[in-house]
Amino acid sequence: MRSAIHFASAALALAALASVAAPPALAADTPNPAADARAFQKYFIDKFPKLKLADFVNGPYSLNEDMHKQWEEKEQFPPYEFSLDMGKEMFSKPFKNGKSYADCFPNKGIGIRQDYPYFDDKEGKVVTLELALNRCRVANGEAPFSYVKDEMAALTAYMAFTSRGKPFDIKIPNDPRALEAYENGKRYFYTRRGQLNFSCASCHVQNPGERIRAEILAPALGILNAMPIYRSEWGGMGTISRRFTTCNVQTRGVPLDPQSDEYRDLEYYLSYVSNGLPISGPGARP
Amino acid sequence: MTITDNGFTATRRLVLQGAGLVILVGLGNIPLGVAPALAAANDKYPEDAFKQKGEADAIKSLYGKTAEPSDKVKLDAPEIAENGAVVPISLTTTLADVTSISFLVSENPNALAASYQIPPGTVPAVANRLKMAKTSNVIAIVEAGGKLYSATREVKVTVGGCGG
Amino acid sequence: MASTIRVRATSSGDTTEVQALIQHPMDSGFVKDAKGEIIPPHFIQQLTFEHDGKSVFVANWGTAVSKDPYVKFSFKGGNKGDDLKISWVDNKGASDTTTAKIL
Ligand code: HEC
Repeated sequence: MRSAIHFASAALALAALASVAAPPALAADTPNPAADARAFQKYFIDKFPKLKLADFVNGPYSLNEDMHKQWEEKEQFPPYEFSLDMGKEMFSKPFKNGKSYADCFPNKGIGIRQDYPYFDDKEGKVVTLELALNRCRVANGEAPFSYVKDEMAALTAYMAFTSRGKPFDIKIPNDPRALEAYENGKRYFYTRRGQLNFSCASCHVQNPGERIRAEILAPALGILNAMPIYRSEWGGMGTISRRFTTCNVQTRGVPLDPQSDEYRDLEYYLSYVSNGLPISGPGARP
Repeated sequence: MTITDNGFTATRRLVLQGAGLVILVGLGNIPLGVAPALAAANDKYPEDAFKQKGEADAIKSLYGKTAEPSDKVKLDAPEIAENGAVVPISLTTTLADVTSISFLVSENPNALAASYQIPPGTVPAVANRLKMAKTSNVIAIVEAGGKLYSATREVKVTVGGCGG
Repeated sequence: MASTIRVRATSSGDTTEVQALIQHPMDSGFVKDAKGEIIPPHFIQQLTFEHDGKSVFVANWGTAVSKDPYVKFSFKGGNKGDDLKISWVDNKGASDTTTAKIL
């Protein structure tokens, strides 16, 4: 609670900071994700000319030298190691019915993180990796996991690890529902909400690299590539679901249910515009 | 997170010992019950030094003497800790005959954070990660040839490591 | 089964560099849980590294060492293939030990 209030006042100070650069073009008349992604990436490349495209996946660490050093120190023996090991063990352990996670995924689940989320044409909706993992459990008679931490973080950590270095490869099939899901995600990202009237973009597009409280804001480009993350502030691991809900709460908004349609679409949008940037998860963060 | 000034004296109660073991069973696979034979560590755990509040008392309790600053002690710490719960701190020294290295955080409830014994043949350098409750001096002590040498650096903390 | 101790020990030239990460809450005793109750202190007090029957490094820790503690040091001697024994004991009397090969 206390930290939310600190955060809020810092956020207001940040809002007062003349936010300079114009955000990437928002309102194209006809939706054109490919053009969106190009404009989006160009915006960040122009804003941070010294960075290579792949550097953006390191969130705040590529934007500040003192923090980069602390990160390198952490990566010598990263705090997500235990979670990664646990995920590997869980992944290879069969369910009670003898089947395993590998049976639910293409290529037995190895090296496929970069293809998630995808648009499922039967369901007509976006399917994220976290959702697919729980569906796999339920289909095999196991109880679903909490979406935000522990087991879910461990499983996605392992799956991300097997995809390290593979560029995000999110597809938007030629299906009006897929395009709509993408547009919904984008709208969610740019819509102001919460008591502080911030959109996700206010922080992660307009002010990346700025300090808010002690934190350096991560750029929206590559913002999901390192997921799941071990955050020192959490003292543990968190998934994409956990990060989305936390950001909603911090701006005094009402978080949605993990894996609600809006969050699934949001993840679809954010992943798509980071196409081409390598998966680097699991990650470590302040 | 709420900071209280309750020290860690309570731990010695047997009740808590029992509770701790239950939790560890949950974590799984930790050999329980029997205290391990820390055969080689004939030096006792410096319990009193860890209970002292300020750094001067902690150093006195640990070593029974005071330290003088030395530029042969190189203390490396971030200017601004990304998070007080995990502050990377390391030390190297060109001093000879080093027998121990200690780290203290002045503003922590108990200043002494860690103390390392350096037997002959071990390189006098160590890296570790410490908690800092707030902006504070970090003091490194090197015991060499029976004398104490120190280095001090301020680390700014905006997100406190009260939790850890 | 899964150990609480992760070690990397690599020898090059005449020195062996050792890094260890240990899974432990390192509760300080200064923090309250969601119900407002103090989480009692629970932390590793001593961590030892032994090579060839001799201790090469002893860490004495208080509550200000970070959760899942990390430490790095080096010692002279130690050949590839040698054993390095690592043990810890905490303030509640729990302990763990493991033996790692120097690479
Ligand atoms: C008031 C500013 C603010 C707003 C608004 C905000 N965030 Fe964040 N966000 C942060 C901070 C601070 C962090 C932690 C530091 C960092 O990594 O950027 C963070 C981290 C993240 C991360 C993890 C980045 C990483 O590299 O670890 C993601 C993903 C994220 N936010 C998504 C969102 C989404 C989606 C929204 C909109 C629902 C949003 N944020 C709104 C401030 C904000």
